[in-house]
Amino acid sequence: MSNPAKILVVDDDPYILMSLEFLMKKNGYQVVVARNGTEALECITKDLPTLVLLDIMMPDVDGYAICKHIKTTKELKHIKVIFLSAKTKESDIKKGLELGAERYISKPFSTRDLMKQVKELLDS
Amino acid sequence: MNNSLVILSGFFYLAILFAVAYYAEYRLKKGKSIINNAYVYSLSLAVYCTAWTYYGSVGRAASNGVEFLAIYLGPTIVAVLFWPFLRKMVRICKTQRINSIADFISTRYGKNFSIAVVVTILCVIGVVPYIALQLKAISTSFSLLTNQSAAVVQQPGRWTDSTFFITIILTIFIILFGTRSVDATEKHEGMVAAIAFESIIKLAAFLAAGIFVCYGIFNGFDDIFSRAANDPKLKELFTLSKSNSYSSWWGLLVLSMLAVIFLPRQFQVAVVENVQESHLKKASWLFPLYLLVINLFVLPIAFAGNLLHNGTDADMYVMNIPLLHGKNILSLFIFIGGFSAASSMIIVETIALSTMVSNNLVLPSFLASSIFKSRKERNATGLIINIRRFSIVAILLLAFFYDKLVAEKLSLVSIGLVSFVAVAQFAPAAIGGMYWKDASKSGALAGIIAGFTVWFATLVIPSMISSGLLPHSIMDEGLFGISLLKPFSLFGLSGLDSISHSLFWSLFFNCSLFFIFSLYSKKTAEEQYQAGLFTSIYAFSGSGEEAILKRTASLPDLKSLLANFLGEDRAAKILQGYAQRYRISLEQSKADPRLVSFSEKVLSGIIGAASAHIMVQSVSKEEEVKIDEVLDILRESQQAIGLNKELRKKSAELQKATDQLMLANEQLKNMDQLKDEFLYTVTHELRTPLTSIRALAEIVHDNPDLDEEQRQHYLGAVVRETERLSHLITQVLNLERYESGRQKLHLTSVDLKELVKETTESLQPLIDEKKIKLEYRIPDSMLLQQCDESLIRQVFTNLISNAIKFVEPDKGVIRISIFQNHDEWQIWVQDNGKGIETELHELIFDKFFQAKNQTIKKPQGSGLGLAICKKIIEMHNGKIWVESEDGKGARFIFTLPFNI
Repeated sequence: MSNPAKILVVDDDPYILMSLEFLMKKNGYQVVVARNGTEALECITKDLPTLVLLDIMMPDVDGYAICKHIKTTKELKHIKVIFLSAKTKESDIKKGLELGAERYISKPFSTRDLMKQVKELLDS
Repeated sequence: MNNSLVILSGFFYLAILFAVAYYAEYRLKKGKSIINNAYVYSLSLAVYCTAWTYYGSVGRAASNGVEFLAIYLGPTIVAVLFWPFLRKMVRICKTQRINSIADFISTRYGKNFSIAVVVTILCVIGVVPYIALQLKAISTSFSLLTNQSAAVVQQPGRWTDSTFFITIILTIFIILFGTRSVDATEKHEGMVAAIAFESIIKLAAFLAAGIFVCYGIFNGFDDIFSRAANDPKLKELFTLSKSNSYSSWWGLLVLSMLAVIFLPRQFQVAVVENVQESHLKKASWLFPLYLLVINLFVLPIAFAGNLLHNGTDADMYVMNIPLLHGKNILSLFIFIGGFSAASSMIIVETIALSTMVSNNLVLPSFLASSIFKSRKERNATGLIINIRRFSIVAILLLAFFYDKLVAEKLSLVSIGLVSFVAVAQFAPAAIGGMYWKDASKSGALAGIIAGFTVWFATLVIPSMISSGLLPHSIMDEGLFGISLLKPFSLFGLSGLDSISHSLFWSLFFNCSLFFIFSLYSKKTAEEQYQAGLFTSIYAFSGSGEEAILKRTASLPDLKSLLANFLGEDRAAKILQGYAQRYRISLEQSKADPRLVSFSEKVLSGIIGAASAHIMVQSVSKEEEVKIDEVLDILRESQQAIGLNKELRKKSAELQKATDQLMLANEQLKNMDQLKDEFLYTVTHELRTPLTSIRALAEIVHDNPDLDEEQRQHYLGAVVRETERLSHLITQVLNLERYESGRQKLHLTSVDLKELVKETTESLQPLIDEKKIKLEYRIPDSMLLQQCDESLIRQVFTNLISNAIKFVEPDKGVIRISIFQNHDEWQIWVQDNGKGIETELHELIFDKFFQAKNQTIKKPQGSGLGLAICKKIIEMHNGKIWVESEDGKGARFIFTLPFNI
């Protein structure tokens, strides 16, 4: 792994953020964290991550808006998005995928399954 | 003016009338009735305005001033009663298939035959002169228009022939459009349409005359009235100044109120020809409006005539004034208007009279005769129609000869009023019969005969005297030489004009006898039944067919009886229809009593109630019905009505219950949806701590090489998240318990001040952490309040910890105030945080408000705190709300009433 992929983790819950950060680092990725939507938007343009693990419900800007921003901006389009959300309704999932996200994973998730999907996505 | 031009115009007008009538019948065949219309109905009621109105009102106004208005005020007053009164009459006639006023009265009194005969005779004697009067109006106006002197007219000559021809053409019209169907209760579509058309023509023509007189000759109303006011003779006409004017005014008012209902033609158009009861509503203002408009110019024309041509016949001012000013075309139009007024009256009156005459006078004797019985197998439809036609011809001939022999000596108005008094005699029996259950046949008969006799003595005999048929001495010496029986001052009553005098005495005797005989006479079963039916028609008309008289007949007899009048096919069809509707078998040899009654009703539409009754009686056998039984049946039907009411009430209640159920169902559905949403939100809220717990636990599990500090950190987080989870679950369960009402309040006397202190103490660590300043505005004394201590503590905890969350560290101030407001405590928890937008002030008390329908999360918390507070306060009969301006902190206020 010469040039490890950079992953942005976005979540307003400190414990979830903490565990995701640990998991990604442990698997050898570069990690950037954002505690809310505003920070996330900054990091996306500044750090240009390969993948974003994105929460939906946050106090300022919601995850949908962030995903939409990524997928409709020419320079950011290539960034892959995995939603991690407690919103589990069919309609919520559909909405997320329609905005262009690659995966939608419901909370609570299995860490092993999450890592599997992250790897798959980054290898493809 | 050219004689033949006038005649030609008259015929041309009649041709148009035929066309209108044909068109209406044609439209009916296409299923588009013209007369099923409130406007046409109202216009047809205006058949009230005859040639008498057209010419005679001006004549009367010219001599008696405003007095003539009474004739139109009466109907206007009655029009107000159209809905309550006339509707009842219409309903009765429809359910009973009544086709004339004679039928109406006789049906009410047990389908009594004598009453039908008496009423019919009274109608003929009373009304034929009135028809003659119309013919006279036509001939007088004709002679005036063609510039012939009255002397020429009275000699048998060309004009006499023309009147005769016009009478013949009208006869043809009436036969064509008045005897279309054998069932007299069927509507005369063409006839009614033509009458409505004529009402328009006469109105237009009269207005044309009025406008010409007012604006063509004079300078408007003011001009005429001011000139008339300067003339001492005319000035009198403005008011009711003559000594007997007031009584005569009241007399006319009452008289016209009765006439507008009981004149045979009015009964015909208003009741028999009524298509829909709802038309009465519109007619009750349209008809008075018509009367108002057609009378607008009466006084101006009368004054103008008196000012310009005093000395000529005032009855003819309407036509004379334009004629003397050389307006020939206008005069011709006015002539046509008068002609239409006269002809419409003749048409309707004749149809109404002919139905009565044929059904009540001619047919019965015919049906009883051996000639009819011998031809029993044949269809009588043609015969009935022919008898009716014959009656029409006879009535018109009678009128024609009356006109030739008697009428020329009387003025237009007097004949009309004499007719009015005659038909007024029906009022006690008819109105009494509709509202008074005890009114009886003998009362009705005695009343009508008495009234009729008085009418004859006080109005007809004087007119016979003045036309030379009887010696003049009667006037001074009284009838039979008895001075109490002087025709114009009966029993010494003088000072009234002849009409009021006659009206007073005739109605006096009529009502008295009607009342006394009704009280002291026995009623037959049939009479009792009809009385109940007439007085409470609204209850009966919905209840379908009933046979109160248990009559049976052989079914073949009944069939052949109906076939006689309807033809085999129609009779069979009608019987079958009825049998099907009421599930009666037609296979038996004995007819069901209901079938017998129904057959009688069908027949009464054709030959009148009395005749039909006799016909059906002749084939049926009546089981002995005792008066007690009838009373029982009536009582039962009374009970049925009560039961019916009860049922209706029940059904209304049922409907209400259904509505409530539907509402409840709707609410349940909403609640169901809310519950779904709530569940979704709860699980959603649970997912976040679960996510952390699972992720952290998996990390610890999968990474045995974690250093101790990290491990401790992660496990600590798991513990805290587990606490958060259980707190959430507790709150959900609490709220659920409060909402379900399962939570009982454990009321104790609590010192609120102490409670606040304890609560803040338990929150002290959080307050210290953010360096928040806490202020109290609480009275020193004990603040005792009955409440559930642990629940109110929860409220304080929730509100204060919310405040702690929303203030900024170091700058935060939280102020808790308690004070007494009337009979309750008011408690404020105020912070200086960022405040709450006004739109959210109510929403924040909703469950999970912060998570619902949105993707933006509000600051931390379960989202249930305020919902729980609200519930608890409501359980204590208090209120909770928030006051806040965005950016200026929030103040949560709740109240606790002293008496919860």
